[in-house]
Amino acid sequence: MASRDDIKFLSNPNIGSKKKKYCRFKKYGIKHIDYKDPDFLLQFINEQGKLLPRRITGNSLKYQKRVAIAVKRARHLALLPYVADLLK
Amino acid sequence: MRQYEVTFIVDPVLSGDEIKSTAKTYEDMLKTEGAVIVNINDMGLRQLAYPINKRSSGIYFCTEFQVENGSMISKLELALRRDERIMRFLTVKLDKYGVKYNEDKRNGLIGKVQKPEKKSAKKDSRKPEPKKVVKPAPAPVVVQKEE
Repeated sequence: MASRDDIKFLSNPNIGSKKKKYCRFKKYGIKHIDYKDPDFLLQFINEQGKLLPRRITGNSLKYQKRVAIAVKRARHLALLPYVADLLK
Repeated sequence: MRQYEVTFIVDPVLSGDEIKSTAKTYEDMLKTEGAVIVNINDMGLRQLAYPINKRSSGIYFCTEFQVENGSMISKLELALRRDERIMRFLTVKLDKYGVKYNEDKRNGLIGKVQKPEKKSAKKDSRKPEPKKVVKPAPAPVVVQKEE
């Protein structure tokens, strides 16, 4: 017989609580985004190699623009693809 | 003084000596133009993300240099554009943060250590892993032999 203490999660407890997004560049004090580091930039693009929007990454406007520039430079140098499928 | 960074991709079909001489010609060219070379980073053979000139790999070189003004950049770019051995190039002016970043990277302050940490942290937020009980490894018994 299950007591009341055993019944803990009838629904997902994380549903109501929104996790606050933050700009990782501001939080960790990253001032320069290196375009020669494709592994890092991979966090800001989706599977097709498109830039992820700010509402998903949580970047501030300033650093989102810089990420975009870095990704575009990396694409020019063939470090990242312009178009891709199943990148991740 | 302004600091610039030029990254170029050399054709991998060339022999090792030719690749080195290609990189050397641009190093010499920069020096004759009065640039102070800060660092040359040979990033080595890398797989390209998409084929360029029907090649699927290339040898990356990254040269950082300081010059008084940028008037010689166009000269350098023209030479790079005319060179058949160069597949792609990119010249970038570095701001003070970029200069510091590259310095830190050379000194090993920014490295691969930072990245996997972040990735693991990202994974944790999605799927909380059960806490592992780390068993202390038995200390290796050191037997000292007396001779």
